[in-house]
Amino acid sequence: MSELYKLSIKEKLKGLTDKTFSSLDLTSSYFERIKEFDSTLNSYITLTKDLALEKAKKSDQRYNSNENLPLDGVPIAHKDIFCTKDTLTTCGSKMLNNFVPPYSSTVVEKLDQAGLIMLGKTNMDEFAMGSSNETSFYGGVKNPWNKECVPGGSSGGSAACVAAGLASSATATDTGGSIRQPAALCGLTGIKPTYGRVSRYGMIAFASSLDQGGVLSKSSEDAAYILNYMSGKDSKDSTCLDVEVPNFLNSLEDKLDGTKIGIPKQFLSRNLPNYIEKNMEETKRELEKLGAEFYEVDLPNVELSLPIYYILAPAECSANLSRYDGVKFGYRCENPLNLDDLYLRTREEGFGDEVKRRILIGTYALSAGFYDAYYLKAQKCRKLVANDFKEAFKKVDLIFSPTTPDVAFRSGEKLDDPLEMYLQDIFTIPANLAGLPAISFPSGFHNELPIGMQLISNKLDESKLLNSCHQFQKITDFHKKWPSL
Amino acid sequence: MAISIDKKILNDWESVIGLEIHVQLNTNSKLFSGASTRFGAEPNTQACNIDLGMPGVLPVLNQEVLKMAVKFGLSVDARINNPTNFSRKNYFYPDLPKGYQISQLDNPIVEGGCVNISISGEKKKVIGITRAHLEEDAGKSLHEDYEGMTGVDLNRAGTPLLEIVSEPDIRSAEEAISYLKKIHSIVRYLEISDGNMAEGSMRCDANVSVRKKGSKELGTRTEIKNVNSFRFVEKAINYEIKRQIGLISKGEEITQDTILYDSAKDETKPMRSKEFANDYRYFPEPDLLPVVIKNSFIDEVKKEMPEMLEEKKSRFIKDFNLKEYDADVLVADKSIASYFENVIKISKEPKLSANWVMGELSAYLNKENIDISQSKVNYKDLATLILRISDNTISGKIAKEVFEIMWSKDQDPDTIIEEKGLKQVTDSSEIELLIDKVLEENPEQLSQLKEGKDKLFGFFVGQIMKASQGKANPAQVNEILKNKLKI
Repeated sequence: MSELYKLSIKEKLKGLTDKTFSSLDLTSSYFERIKEFDSTLNSYITLTKDLALEKAKKSDQRYNSNENLPLDGVPIAHKDIFCTKDTLTTCGSKMLNNFVPPYSSTVVEKLDQAGLIMLGKTNMDEFAMGSSNETSFYGGVKNPWNKECVPGGSSGGSAACVAAGLASSATATDTGGSIRQPAALCGLTGIKPTYGRVSRYGMIAFASSLDQGGVLSKSSEDAAYILNYMSGKDSKDSTCLDVEVPNFLNSLEDKLDGTKIGIPKQFLSRNLPNYIEKNMEETKRELEKLGAEFYEVDLPNVELSLPIYYILAPAECSANLSRYDGVKFGYRCENPLNLDDLYLRTREEGFGDEVKRRILIGTYALSAGFYDAYYLKAQKCRKLVANDFKEAFKKVDLIFSPTTPDVAFRSGEKLDDPLEMYLQDIFTIPANLAGLPAISFPSGFHNELPIGMQLISNKLDESKLLNSCHQFQKITDFHKKWPSL
Repeated sequence: MAISIDKKILNDWESVIGLEIHVQLNTNSKLFSGASTRFGAEPNTQACNIDLGMPGVLPVLNQEVLKMAVKFGLSVDARINNPTNFSRKNYFYPDLPKGYQISQLDNPIVEGGCVNISISGEKKKVIGITRAHLEEDAGKSLHEDYEGMTGVDLNRAGTPLLEIVSEPDIRSAEEAISYLKKIHSIVRYLEISDGNMAEGSMRCDANVSVRKKGSKELGTRTEIKNVNSFRFVEKAINYEIKRQIGLISKGEEITQDTILYDSAKDETKPMRSKEFANDYRYFPEPDLLPVVIKNSFIDEVKKEMPEMLEEKKSRFIKDFNLKEYDADVLVADKSIASYFENVIKISKEPKLSANWVMGELSAYLNKENIDISQSKVNYKDLATLILRISDNTISGKIAKEVFEIMWSKDQDPDTIIEEKGLKQVTDSSEIELLIDKVLEENPEQLSQLKEGKDKLFGFFVGQIMKASQGKANPAQVNEILKNKLKI
């Protein structure tokens, strides 16, 4: 039973149903691994061991009485951006170092009801702002494949813990690439669903029009299991879509014959390292073997994505983070002299540099006299980018690109160069701007560091993404590799 | 402190005024959450996670509020924007939990309407309504009782407000009050707000500037904030007009200030200068999609529209044959109008009922400073009293005595008339006896009357009524007396 963590969710559910092992065995085995490896990796901020073991016992009772829930006993980790009732929720920030929510996010509630067992809350860049997990108040997270390297961000803790076998899967969020970039850097399958597919209620807001919850898993199949129970309408979120959620498992085995995949010529013109280009070519060939056909597509405005994103996301964040003022909850500075002092010192002491940088950019972009030149223009350009995709999807079913410009980089390497850090998301941001679902999947290695490729689909076509990755994973084994810790 | 300025100087100037009226909509729950909106609860007992701006919570629009705003729009002949959008207005204050207020900037729900006002008998005037938009109210900061600290009560946070912005069409404090009263009556008629200024469910900001008569240019305006009664709005505007004219006459300039009115001192004083004003950094609220208002929805609302003031007034004049002035008074307050209609239904006496509602009843209400809903005489009892006048059981004069007892002792009129023996004397032989007695007691006046001093007829009627303690039927007294005197 020492290697339960290596089992897929399907195999875990079978083992639990067959009583090969119990929920308590399974959950306990994860806590043993966490104890052994997480002091180095730092992927968790909070562990909820007592609660988890209690739940595992109840799960076993349900299995014994054949009343088990659909994903009963499968251990999961939640990104610390999802509010969990009575459990500390920090969002990676000193500002929420003491914040214990009186409510749970819809995602956590739904997964709870499906029988998943929360192991703990995972580390992340502060308020999901970062691409290396280095902006966390709770310290950086190490990439399990090479501890000198970052796991990516902002869902770095979620990615590292799944990659290291410290959770079966993990919830995550993606505003500009925060699921897909760490998935690529840690050799995982990570899906960002269509904007509105997953409720944002109780998911601490960074940039409301871009934020979307999703999942990081070892395989496309595992991701499909989780996404099935995360998705769906929520009356508490006005932007959540009122559409039926298909069973994503049902289409996994569909053939890819005749699937049209586009490669944007704008992405090809980037100067990528030759090993990334080579891997792209190899991945393309594997997909062709499965029956997919490749075409070049034109996304004429896609190169505006990064500047658009770095106006709109900070603008929204500047308002979303105004509530952290030391008045009602969270951090409050010591002995404020007056109201201004309370605001200034609470926010000065409570926020880290990257968060402050983005609040400043956003406040500036929304200011009188600059609004039209920045925010309004960015909104118009966002529509152009979305329209480019709309046109492209008249010709192809999927769009293909690398997830990141390179493999994982070394800790500290880009910390003093925000612009270099922002380029990490050059391939992932467009899908957020257009509200499209996108998936990153492991496609190879360079210097023993994983490489990830990305597929983007039309709105609400997550099935096609999961199906394509699953088919790819049936003829490759990159997703089955484990790092030696 | 009053400012005195020569009337001649005042006459050279004209004031330009626009009002921003905040009306609290009387929904059961808040604009974006399910928490109750009841007034006067213990601090922070009616604020849920959404009102508190907790991390991760999201607003969901209360559909009832949309209906109310559309009702208002229809009643002022305005356009209903489709879609209508919400925006965030950013500023820091302890009673604003999210650090931004969800409001409307572009595409407010109501745009481009107007209302008619009339000023002391003059002809009507049209005041334009630029827009009316929805927004959430803030909480309250409590500065007393916290030993140098400030308390925050978030019960009010998230309460729906309709902010009604007028065009700068208003030219005097009197017009401003007339407009304010008109809006008050509209929201009361629509039953979308109780319009209670003392409790803050209707609040008024006034933008005031002055210019030389005949000038087309607008002067620099100041904004008087949060005045909480009709009377104070009038006084504050008048004070501010004089203050501005006084300053300009002295060669000084008006600065674009926000001003507070101190009702105790009857003066306005600058609160903050616009130079240091907040930049609210409005942008579209990403948590709420643009709200689509279908024509079918508007049609539904149209069906639910109540009879409005103007329609009711015309009907009162037509059906009840009331004078325009009486109709105006009776329809000004919807609940008085419906009380009046209820009285008529029983009494079938429009003119008499109107006199009683506008006269005696209103006087008693005013004296105790209470609303008609708190009246100590219900419409049924008043109608019965009027019936007793019209069927000659009592005279109008006695009825006033009866009314006083009804008001103070909570008894019905028939019981009072019975117990106090106030029934009118209509037995002609009884009246004849009274007349004989009075004629006998006043021989001198009788002979003068017979000699042609007609004025003394009234004297005898008065004496006879007095002798009957007011209970004799005056018409009968007249008739029998005439017969006796063979006039």
